[in-house]
Amino acid sequence: MTVLVFSALLFVGALAAGLLGSLTGLGGGVILIPLLTLLFKVDIHYAIGASLVSVIATSSGAAAAYVREGISNIRLGMFLEVATTLGAVGGAFLATYLSTSVIAIVFGIVLIVSAVLSFLKQSDNLVTGAGSPLTRVLKLNGSYPGPQGQQAYTVKNVVGGFLMMNVAGVLSGLLGIGSGALKVLAMDNIMRTPFKVSTTTSNFMIGVTAAASAGIYLRRGYIDPGLSMPVMLGVLTGAFAGSRIMTKARVSSLKLVFALVILLLAVEMIFNGIHHNI
Amino acid sequence: MKKVKDEDLERIIGQLLRYGVLLSSLVVLAGGVVYLIRHGRQLPQYGTFYGEPDKMKQLGPMWKAILRGEGRPLIELGLLILIATPIARILFSIVGYLLEKDYLYVMITGVVLVVILWNI
Repeated sequence: MTVLVFSALLFVGALAAGLLGSLTGLGGGVILIPLLTLLFKVDIHYAIGASLVSVIATSSGAAAAYVREGISNIRLGMFLEVATTLGAVGGAFLATYLSTSVIAIVFGIVLIVSAVLSFLKQSDNLVTGAGSPLTRVLKLNGSYPGPQGQQAYTVKNVVGGFLMMNVAGVLSGLLGIGSGALKVLAMDNIMRTPFKVSTTTSNFMIGVTAAASAGIYLRRGYIDPGLSMPVMLGVLTGAFAGSRIMTKARVSSLKLVFALVILLLAVEMIFNGIHHNI
Repeated sequence: MKKVKDEDLERIIGQLLRYGVLLSSLVVLAGGVVYLIRHGRQLPQYGTFYGEPDKMKQLGPMWKAILRGEGRPLIELGLLILIATPIARILFSIVGYLLEKDYLYVMITGVVLVVILWNI
């Protein structure tokens, strides 16, 4: 297989990953790394590097739209980025010391957790009121455009959310994924922000979190241009197309299929990790 | 001077992210075309991790290699622009919060910037 054929196949694979990730809301990164390592036999370090830059591209592209619509809670995002960037730096350092088999096993477990989390019942929180003194000092309580005009909300449990974001940051830095599922979990289930605010603010933070570990990956030579080029362009094109053809009806069955694929890939990653084949 | 509000900041941040991603994709695409023309018929080798040479990691050697007409360093430059986009977003936010006189958030955003720049 020549570089030309290899790049073309990678582009198509990444395009499919970006499209499915965007349609199902599970993100493209979760499927990219198994695709690169299991199918294309790419070393997991290179795979993480390529996935990380794709994550920055898609999250920044999507965040651009949400931020302008005023749905993301920018102050909440900025504050929690302290937790995610510190975690991401730690995770990126960890990645250089852990063996590829251990990384593969951790990746598999995170994949399973993410897939399961995406099927948990999404209660649409709406907590109102004055909020705790901490949220008032940090000006975290906000409002977003809801069905009946601008809707105010209050943020709960800042410390718990901050710690969960720290974990999400470590996993993002270690595995080269956005860890969007964990970020949404921290905001939705712990801080009780409205679902729309959680998802868009999480997306807003992913780019900065990934940039924090990308510096380390870059310096250590994990980000290969020949590999990253088709992957980044493919994921970005797929994600953009996905955001255009967003249709509610068929998404739930598509999501189920995609989650099953993710579960299979997760088991395969863990199996290969245990047998040191990765 | 007109008072700077959160909405102004959000609009600028949105534009910045959009153009950063667009610019980086174009540079990556241009580098990719050059790379495929020059190396398209070779065999890819990603099975073992070797790390990247200096021209993929440092701006000076990278720029010299781009001027020699190499594609891979040009792709890497595009990737650098991409990584720089969220960092530029943070810089803009710090300036914005300064203009809003929200010094608590100047500090919080400053911490994030220091964490990122510390590691590059």
